[in-house]
Amino acid sequence: MTRTRDEDRRPTSSSSGGGGAVMRVIVPLQGVVQGRGGLVLGSVIPCALFYFLQLYLKRHRSNSNPPTPPPSPDSDSDHHPAGQLVEVPVLPRSLSRSHLSPRNPGPVHVSVRANSVLKGGEPPYYVGLRKVAEDPYDELGNPDGVIQLGLDENKLALDLVRDWLLENAKDAILGGEELGISGIACYQPSDGLMELKLAVAGFMSKAIGNSVTYNPSQIVLTAGATPAIEILSFCLADSGNAFLVPAPYYPGLDRDVKWRTGVEIIPVPCRSADKFNLSITALDRAFNQAKKRGVKVRGIIISNPSNPGGSLLTRESLYNLLDFAREKNIHIISNELFAGSTYGSEEFVSMAEIVDLEDLDQNRVHIVYGISKDLSLPGFRVGAIYSFNKNVLTAAKKLTRFSSISAPSQRLLISMLSDTKFMHKFIEINRERLRGMYLRFVTGLKQLGIECTKSNGGFYCWADLSGLIRSYSEKGELELWDRLLNVGKLNVTPGSSCHCIEPGWFRFCFTTLTEKDIPVVMERIRNIAETCKSHS
Amino acid sequence: MASNSLLSKIATNDGHGENLAYFDGWKAYDGNPFHATQNPDGVIQMGLAENPLSLDVIEEWIKKNPKASICTPEGVAEFKNVANFQDYHGFPHFRKAIANFMSKARGGRVKFDPDRVVMAGGATGANETVMFCLADPGDAFLVPSPYYPAFYRDLGWRTGVKIVPVDCDSSNNFQVTRAALEAAYEKARNNNINIKGLIITNPSNPLGTTVDRDTLTSLVKFINDKNIHLVCDEIYAGTVFSCPKFTCVTEVLQDVKNCNRDLIHIVYSLSKDMGVPGLRIGIVYSYNDTVVNCARKMSSFGLVSSQTQHMLSAMLLDDEFVSNFLETSSKRLARRHRFFTTGLEEVGINCLKGNAGLFCWMDLRKLLKDQTFEAEMVLWRMIINKVKLNVSPGSSFRCVEPGWFRVCFANMDEHTVEVALKRIRAFVGLEGDKKSNNADHQLFVNSPRKNRRQEGLRLSFPATRRYEEVMSPRMISPHSPMPRSPLLRAS
Repeated sequence: MTRTRDEDRRPTSSSSGGGGAVMRVIVPLQGVVQGRGGLVLGSVIPCALFYFLQLYLKRHRSNSNPPTPPPSPDSDSDHHPAGQLVEVPVLPRSLSRSHLSPRNPGPVHVSVRANSVLKGGEPPYYVGLRKVAEDPYDELGNPDGVIQLGLDENKLALDLVRDWLLENAKDAILGGEELGISGIACYQPSDGLMELKLAVAGFMSKAIGNSVTYNPSQIVLTAGATPAIEILSFCLADSGNAFLVPAPYYPGLDRDVKWRTGVEIIPVPCRSADKFNLSITALDRAFNQAKKRGVKVRGIIISNPSNPGGSLLTRESLYNLLDFAREKNIHIISNELFAGSTYGSEEFVSMAEIVDLEDLDQNRVHIVYGISKDLSLPGFRVGAIYSFNKNVLTAAKKLTRFSSISAPSQRLLISMLSDTKFMHKFIEINRERLRGMYLRFVTGLKQLGIECTKSNGGFYCWADLSGLIRSYSEKGELELWDRLLNVGKLNVTPGSSCHCIEPGWFRFCFTTLTEKDIPVVMERIRNIAETCKSHS
Repeated sequence: MASNSLLSKIATNDGHGENLAYFDGWKAYDGNPFHATQNPDGVIQMGLAENPLSLDVIEEWIKKNPKASICTPEGVAEFKNVANFQDYHGFPHFRKAIANFMSKARGGRVKFDPDRVVMAGGATGANETVMFCLADPGDAFLVPSPYYPAFYRDLGWRTGVKIVPVDCDSSNNFQVTRAALEAAYEKARNNNINIKGLIITNPSNPLGTTVDRDTLTSLVKFINDKNIHLVCDEIYAGTVFSCPKFTCVTEVLQDVKNCNRDLIHIVYSLSKDMGVPGLRIGIVYSYNDTVVNCARKMSSFGLVSSQTQHMLSAMLLDDEFVSNFLETSSKRLARRHRFFTTGLEEVGINCLKGNAGLFCWMDLRKLLKDQTFEAEMVLWRMIINKVKLNVSPGSSFRCVEPGWFRVCFANMDEHTVEVALKRIRAFVGLEGDKKSNNADHQLFVNSPRKNRRQEGLRLSFPATRRYEEVMSPRMISPHSPMPRSPLLRAS
């Protein structure tokens, strides 16, 4: 308690030297006092000392008032403004760098945000991606390279897009015949061209079997789904507020939602016993716990189809979620990036369809969409916010100044998405190929004795490898992940990266593979599995 | 659900800066845009720093190089690699191409390391990214005034970083001095504001001038002495069209003894130098490894389309094209600048002597009724409503001296410039003189006293009139850099 209070105060402790020295006195003193006098004295004495210190410093400065007191570049950290003192403990790398480098006169202070990147090393998800980038598998060129099963991108139907471009879009790099170069070079509305909004609305609708009609004026286009989610986070929550997110959830979400906004994520654990389905009871519990801690929950973020599970939320669970959000008066962000990439027998229901009938709740529902998954074009960086809330749309439009879509890609997509016949064909064939690949992959795993939850959409399956881990813990899971990556040369995503509370689950993305790759992958898993068994 | 009660402070505050009076000029333009034939009495847009003068050179290159496109038979082989590419490092050849262009745009005097090139969503996104990396909410950056009005939004809206202006004035041609920096720094410290750095635009927006080598050196020394960051927004580096030549911050780093390079960061963009804001290419180039590392991860929030990266890589690695483009662009800008400023001089209006940028810093102090910002606003509204030119008043750049205006000259064709000059001439009462004979006109240029008297006469007349601006809720022009917002339209 008392410590936190003191740390909170530190940045305000005026901008002069001496603060560090005093802290060195206070902290031990606090320990002494706490030992005998308890909490009250422990907090009162340091606070009082601090108050007098500030008073002293203030007077001291106004009396002497040195005209230009440039801090000596060779001075130690005591001579820097107190705000920087706070950063010193979390800045090991920057500090050591400055001591090592001869031309470096003092520690360079970057933001806390920047420091947080350096802290704690690289998460497994990013380590895996890096390993693939360094040593990518190629059947002929690099047969011992790392196979990518960790990145959710879809290469199964890219040939269709390529062929369409070749036939239809020879001049698309310029802005069409009428516009020429100015169609791509000049300023465009930052929230996307209206023609593209129309085209995206049409595609979204088609991708889910026309069960909903999307209104283009409710769309704000962004440079990918990542900024779309971040913009919603900026709009719906203040720094220190939180979103509830059913876990496991996809590894990138933490960075997208939390990093620059200062917003928190409270994972709501789902369990294998419930097939990782979300329960309102768990949501309610998480909400109340947050409330007790004084954390304001501003919304729920769901992904439907779920990532990593690949399951769909039923109409009933969507209604339950909406009831819950209404009861607590919070927002719902529904991430429907994979809405068009479903291949199972179950029906996909968009949150938009539910609230179309529920006038009262429209303002709290915001959908994230993009063409990176359903159209397999992540490189083009086209994401969308679909919201019913006018104020959110207004703010989001202004925020797109920081992340708007490159105009050549907008022009190209307008013509492609407007070709309804092609889009229809693409969606069907893509779905067919996804289904085929999913079945082959899951069957392969089953032959190795590995079970998956049932997926209905997305690019991955969610596999139970708990039988192969040495200790039933996150440590055991990461050991297996490490072996799969470095020995088996397979980059997969460990459940812990997705905040799964049960160890041993892994996400396998199968859409970057070709059919020929599947036996290679299975063989590599078999090898790892055998060494696991022989050890245990 | 109450309309705003459940939204964040960012979504509901004025951090976007769009509620300033300055936006009236944009509204006037958007409601009644000039067109040579269809709307010859419309408002001419001179508030938009766009540079389409050399786009034909780019268009020609694109047509000649189908291989750079992924949609052509020549280039389609690359399609799969491009379509799926989402690495926030960007294509290695793209980073190389940008480093190459950055160097060429600075006369080849400096080299850049492709591994330090970080992508961001335009210069807007690049500036914000740097702030996110360098400062925490409540920290502040020194910014010499007059400065780019949208800095308020770019540097501070989402980051919570504050701007502390460093006042510069015409007594030394708005050069930033060590004394002014020290004063602003001390004042901020006395108010318990933690100064994290200094950000400058070089070439300057709105001044259209470059920072000379000595001044730049003194800035680098200053930030080293204080151990704070220096961000050099050099997005107009390639628009320098006459002497003195541009000095990049990189050039002076060697001059400063014990310069700590970890403090130096450059923001760049292709929007101005190449005239392609639609492509959204913003760049952060930092000498600080931590900042490169952090900013790269933030790239995900404003990545450039891989299709665009791919095309630009080929274009900007074509040295012949780059040299030709930069040369052509600089010539055309010089010509346009000369044409426009000479036209202004003919009617006795001077600009701060500029050598870069897409605008001039026009001195209308003598047209002010009195030397106040109220008088500046009166004059500005007159220029917008009567002269029908959307220019930007100095107060919107937080200039400390009333009477200065930024006028963009590159975002239009020559005919429109002529119309604009004609209107200005009429405004200062010279249309008649010019018609009667040229000798008189020549005489007039040489007699500033007469000039002032005439202006005075003219000014008192329209100033007594009433101007009522009735805004009709029309669509904002697609070329407006301001986001289309229902809020704006409704007002």
